[in-house]
Amino acid sequence: MSWTGKILRVDLGAGTCTSEPLNMQWANDYMGQRGLATKYLVEETDPKVDPFSPDNKMIFATGPLTGTIAPTSGRWSVVCKGPLTGAIACSNSGGFFGAELKNAGWDMVIFEGKSASPVYLDITNDKAELKDASDLWGKSVWETETELRERRGDPDVRVASIGLAGENGVLYAAVVNDMDRAAGRSGVGAVMGSKHLKAVVVRGTVGVKVKDPMAMMKTSNAAKEILAENAVTGQGLPTHGTQVLMNVINEVGALPTRNGHDVQFDGAHDISAEAMAEVRESDGQANLVSNHACFGCPISCARRSKIDPTHFTVKDKPKYQIVSGGLEYEAAWALGAANGVNDLDALTYANFVCNEQGLDPISLGATIGAAMDLYKVGAISKEDTGGHALEFGNTEAFVAMVEATARGEGFGKEIGQGSRRLCEKYGHPEFSMTVKSQEFPAYDPRGIQGMGLTYATSNRGACHLRSYTVASEVLGIPEKTDPLVTEGKAGLVKAFQDATAAVDSSGTCVFTTFALSGEDIAPMVDAACEGDWSVERFVEVGERIWNMERQYNIAAGFTGADDTLPERMLKDAAKTGPAEGKVNGLSEMLPEYYQLRGWDDSGVPSAETLARLGL
Amino acid sequence: MHKALVMEADACTGCHQCEMMCSYGKVGAFNISKSVMDITAFDGGALNVPSTCTQCEGAWCMVVCPVQAITVNPATGAKEVSAEVCVGCKVCTIACPFGAINYDPDSGVVTKCDLCGGAPMCVEACPTTALAYMAEDSTGYEKMRRHAVMSAGLPEGTA
Repeated sequence: MSWTGKILRVDLGAGTCTSEPLNMQWANDYMGQRGLATKYLVEETDPKVDPFSPDNKMIFATGPLTGTIAPTSGRWSVVCKGPLTGAIACSNSGGFFGAELKNAGWDMVIFEGKSASPVYLDITNDKAELKDASDLWGKSVWETETELRERRGDPDVRVASIGLAGENGVLYAAVVNDMDRAAGRSGVGAVMGSKHLKAVVVRGTVGVKVKDPMAMMKTSNAAKEILAENAVTGQGLPTHGTQVLMNVINEVGALPTRNGHDVQFDGAHDISAEAMAEVRESDGQANLVSNHACFGCPISCARRSKIDPTHFTVKDKPKYQIVSGGLEYEAAWALGAANGVNDLDALTYANFVCNEQGLDPISLGATIGAAMDLYKVGAISKEDTGGHALEFGNTEAFVAMVEATARGEGFGKEIGQGSRRLCEKYGHPEFSMTVKSQEFPAYDPRGIQGMGLTYATSNRGACHLRSYTVASEVLGIPEKTDPLVTEGKAGLVKAFQDATAAVDSSGTCVFTTFALSGEDIAPMVDAACEGDWSVERFVEVGERIWNMERQYNIAAGFTGADDTLPERMLKDAAKTGPAEGKVNGLSEMLPEYYQLRGWDDSGVPSAETLARLGL
Repeated sequence: MHKALVMEADACTGCHQCEMMCSYGKVGAFNISKSVMDITAFDGGALNVPSTCTQCEGAWCMVVCPVQAITVNPATGAKEVSAEVCVGCKVCTIACPFGAINYDPDSGVVTKCDLCGGAPMCVEACPTTALAYMAEDSTGYEKMRRHAVMSAGLPEGTA
C-alpha cells in the first residue's frame, strides 16, 4: 500500500525524534497530506492556541500518491495554525522534497514544541536526528540549501528551509524547498521560525510501493494521456506556464490593479508570458530560459528565468545573475499589476528575493499595493517609508520595499505584518484587500463572481486554490459559466472546494484538474491504497475535510461574519472591461452556499451534516 | 537490426517519470535511487541531461568481467548482468567510461540498463520526446533533420 504507515514525531523542546505508526482509521477517512495532517492538528492542538506558541504544531505531510508514478506526484503540504490569519493553514508545495520524504519511508513529520536554539532535522531513511543550526541562522534559503547539500556530501539530498523572513516572523513567510518551490501562503514559514527550526534535509532510498502496481501503471498512463491531449495541461501550461493567464484575465476585466482600484492593467502585456519570451536587446536573451517539471510531472509549468544582467536590480550583484525560478502568474500579478509596476525584470528580481528569503509573493505584493494606497491618501509619507515615494507604478520604491521586507528593516517591518494589520495601523482598514487577514490572489471578484464566494468562504483566508472557479467561468472547464452572473456559483464553489480538498490530500497537483476529474484520480488512489476508493468516496473525503477545517476555524473564533469581502469589492463598481459597472454579488451567493453545505444561517455546520460526514 | 535508446537533453524537463518506471522494473518499487537511468540537472533544472548505458558494441564492462557475468542478449543487443553469476567485484564500474554500470549494496551485484528485454519502460513513461527507442542505424538522422530545418531558417517543427 502507498501509505508508509509511519510518521516521525519531532519534539523540538526535548530534542527527540520518534517513529510511530500512522493512524490508519484517520488515513482511511482523510486520505493524506492536507486532510490527514489537519486531522492530526485538530486532535492534538487547541484551536485557540497562539500560532507562535510552542503548543502550536507544524506538520509536513505527503499523500498516498506522493512519490508514485501517478502524474504530478511531487506534492506535499505544511499544516499548522496560521499566524497571518489565525485560521487553519495548509500550504502545498511541489518540487522534489515531498517525494524524497516519502522515499525515506515517512508519511508525515509532526513538529511540536520549540527548540532553545536553532536546529535542523537531518533524515536518511529511518534515521532522523536534530542537529545544531546556529551557524545557519541568518542565512538565506539559497545559502542554507547549498550549505546542507555540501555538508552531507550528497547532491541528491533534498532540503526545505526558511530564510530571513521566517526567522524574523514575517506573517506570510514561506517554507521553501528545492531553491524555489514554496509552501507559500498563510505564514507557515514564520511558524517554522518560531520553533527555531531552520531546515529539514532528507535523503530517501527506501522507495514507494503501491497496492496494485499494474493497475497503478494503467490508471497513471490513462491520466497522462488525458493531460497530454488537453489544451491547458498539454499545451498552454508547458509553453507559457501559469503566466498564460496574464493577458487572458486582463481581457476578462478581472486583473486586480493598483490595490483593487481597477480591474484592468495597461501594463499587463509587459509582464505577461509573451513578454517573458521576447528577446531583449542587451544580451540577446529572453527572460524565460526554459520550463521545468516538479517530481513526476508531465505538465512542467514551472519557469526558469534569467534577469537582464544590466538591469538596475542585479547590476553588480552576481548572485542574482543566475538562472532561477521565474515568474508565475500569481507572483507576476501581485508584484506587478497590484502595484502598477510593469518592469518584468524588476518583478523577476522581486520573485528571486521571495525565493531566496522565503516570502509569499502574493501577500508581499498585495501588501505593498495597500501601502501605496496609504501613501496616495497621505496616511503614510516619505518619513515612514525611508524616503521612498511609494507611488503606484514606482519601480524603484517597490524594489526597495521588497528588499526592506526580506531583510526585516525599516518600513519593511510594517509590510511584513500583512495588509490588514498595516491598513488598520494607519487608519484605513478599508484599503486592505483581504479575507480573514489573508491577501487576495490575482482574480478580481467583480469580474469573476464565483471567485468572490471562493475568497469569502476559503478556510485559509482569501485563496484561489481552494475552489478555482476561474476554470469554469473563464476557461470553460468542465463547462463554461458566465463570470458576470452569481446564479449557480454557490453549487460550483462547493463542488470545486470538495474536489480540491480531495486532490490536495492525494499527493498530486490541483493543476491536473484542468484535464482530470475524480473519475480519473480516484482510480489511481484505489490502485495505490488499500480499501475501495470510489469517486464518491474520494469526493466525500473532500467534503469531510472542508467541514473539519470549518469546525477548526469556528473553534478558533471565526464566525459567518468573517465570510465577507472588502467594501471595495462590494460597493465600488469595476470601471472598465466586460465587468464595468459590476460589484461582487456575494449576498446573492452566500445564503445558498450555506444551504448547500448543510450549514445554518450563521455558517455553522448542522448536527445532521456533521453526523453524515462522521465528524 | 537492434534498436538503440536515444536521449535528448533539450526535451527533458527533469520530471523523473523515466527513473520511477525504471526502478519499478528493477526492484518492484518506485525508487529513483535504484534507477539505472539518471537525470542530471543544471541551473536548478533549466537543463536536464538523461543518461544511461548505450549498449557499446565492444562493451568494456563485458570485456573486463572476470566471471563472465555480463552477456549479450541476441534479441536486443543489450549487455545484461546475471545476478546469479556476478560476484560484485565492481571492476566493470571502473572500466565503463560513462559510469553507466553501478554497484547496488542492497543486492550485492552491479546493475545496468538491459533495455527491459526490448520494450524500455523509461521510454513508455517519458511525457516528452526526450527518450526514444529507434533503429540503431538511424539515431543521428532526426538530429540532422532538425539541424537542416534550423540551417534553412525554417520554423521549428517544419517537416
